[in-house]
Amino acid sequence: MKPALTFRHLVIAALLVGLTLLPLYVALTGDRFMLTLFTRIVILAMAAVSLNLILGYGGMMSFGHAAYLGLGGYTTAILSFEGVHGGFVQWPAALAVSALFALVVGALSLRTRGVYFIMITLAFAQMAYYLASGMARYGGDDGLSLETRSTFGDLMDLSNKTTFYYVCLVLLFASILLVWRLTNSRFGMVLQGVRSNETRMSAIGYPAFRYRLTGFVIAGTLCGLAGALIANHTDFVSPSMMFWTRSGDLIVMVVLGGMGTLFGPVFGALALLFLEQFLPHFISFVVRPINPAGAAKAGEYWQLVLGPLLLVIVLFARGGIDGLLAMLSDKLGRKVRP
Amino acid sequence: MTLFIEQCLNGLQFGLLLFLLAAGLTLVFGIMDLVNLAHGSLYMLGAYFAATFAAWTGSFVLGAVLAILATLLVGMALEVIAMRRLYGRDHLDHVLGTFGLILFFDELVRLIWGPGGLSLPVPPWLDRSIEILPGIQYSAYRFAIIVVTLAVAAFLYVLVMRTRVGMLIRAGASNREMVGALGVNIKLLYTLVFGLGAALAGLAGMIQAPILTVQIGMGENILILAFVITVIGGIGSIRGAFVAALLVGFIDTLGRAFFPQILVELLGRQAGSTAAPALSSMMIYILMAVILVVKPQGLFAANSR
Repeated sequence: MKPALTFRHLVIAALLVGLTLLPLYVALTGDRFMLTLFTRIVILAMAAVSLNLILGYGGMMSFGHAAYLGLGGYTTAILSFEGVHGGFVQWPAALAVSALFALVVGALSLRTRGVYFIMITLAFAQMAYYLASGMARYGGDDGLSLETRSTFGDLMDLSNKTTFYYVCLVLLFASILLVWRLTNSRFGMVLQGVRSNETRMSAIGYPAFRYRLTGFVIAGTLCGLAGALIANHTDFVSPSMMFWTRSGDLIVMVVLGGMGTLFGPVFGALALLFLEQFLPHFISFVVRPINPAGAAKAGEYWQLVLGPLLLVIVLFARGGIDGLLAMLSDKLGRKVRP
Repeated sequence: MTLFIEQCLNGLQFGLLLFLLAAGLTLVFGIMDLVNLAHGSLYMLGAYFAATFAAWTGSFVLGAVLAILATLLVGMALEVIAMRRLYGRDHLDHVLGTFGLILFFDELVRLIWGPGGLSLPVPPWLDRSIEILPGIQYSAYRFAIIVVTLAVAAFLYVLVMRTRVGMLIRAGASNREMVGALGVNIKLLYTLVFGLGAALAGLAGMIQAPILTVQIGMGENILILAFVITVIGGIGSIRGAFVAALLVGFIDTLGRAFFPQILVELLGRQAGSTAAPALSSMMIYILMAVILVVKPQGLFAANSR
């Protein structure tokens, strides 16, 4: 029998506690940079959690998920630009715009399969990208700055970095909870059934298309909320947040963390952003004994390492970080049993 | 009228150029069932090689030939080292793995050639305009592109439809396992096909080098266009890629040239000039969405998979 408390559970618990206590660490050390970095991680983790719902559980390989980040962000920024600063208006509007876009994109693209689906979702994201570049009133290619963050009256002040971090964290936990409840519900079971064998599910009488579309819209909406958060985080939106390589980053997070697992995307976002942040230092550190003069310069070429690393992960570690933890749990199982 | 004919020629030239990229992509797609995002990196490498070799040898043509050979070699090496291991896995793995390769190649180019772009001047003997129709002047370089790409398209047609290798390629596109079972050295065939695709991408990059600046990330925009073409044309179909490439080339070029005026006429100056840039960039993607909604397998589906 599998022990109730495995190594994997311990790591996940440590992660959640760590994320919750991070502002305490920042307050003690005064390391404001970590707070900014982790706010970004938490927001992108939320986007990855939403993508995981359709990619991991639904088997829908959407290559345009960054479009919802952009749509949510732009809705917030445009409303702010037009003088509407209230978060109670901005955020629901961001959700509604993303949901509507996901409904249209989903209804059209879910008719196709395989590579065609990958490409059509990509095409719609590119449309959103060019739409944003073309809006001269809202900055076009240069993007648009937010005057102020979304206001919530006396309820909370998002310009306080710690408050904002906790808002993002609570929303991340809420999304994970939502995905957990969804995937264990009848709806989620059908969605996973359709992923495994669509013909069979249709034969039993489930309308596969409608289930897929519902999942697609939920994921898009959730990612739109992450978009509204990221616009508040950077106080800036630009078309580049919808470029197709951004969608690629989100897919990397999901797969790196472990597809179709509850906490995988969080690990993935954490790992990718940590690599982005610390791989340059690490490379400099390794190169230093060999070539002290070129060490700092070598760190600049960190993507030379990250690229092949992704390929290696794809080839040899399909389960991602979560799979690795599960494997370790099996090995350590007996020792950790309470 | 002169402007219209000139823009039509530009559309033809752009379409044929896109065909070079899409042909390689659709071959690799159709035969190895591999989604290769790194195809744009090979295009970028072709441009960098051409600029470098042309500067070394002092000859544009020699530089071009060397650049194509170099991308062919890089392509074949890439297939043997990395791509081969991705065959038979699902498309998500392809997307991720080759996405990693894009990062790698972008960074490699930055390491070798530095972050600033290169430029490849148009050779003097092509740097003028010629009178192609009575009263219509056209850039000699662009005209040369049309001639060269048409020749390559004809070569591809003969190669695929009239030779033994082409027969194997077509057979591979419709049933890979069967071709392997019949005793064809499928590994070698794959390496050759991938190399051919890489060389075509390199040629496209080399051709674009004098028109655009040679820079990091230049492959990323055009890659998506090439994918759009592959998908519109139907995966694995070279004929489909040809038709779709011309379609996309014309629509994109003519759209950018004339669509803003039409919109201004329709919507009035203010609204028209605001909406035009976004809409003309989006047109190709709208076209693709419409085609896929009507025909989910593309215009000329080569295989039923």
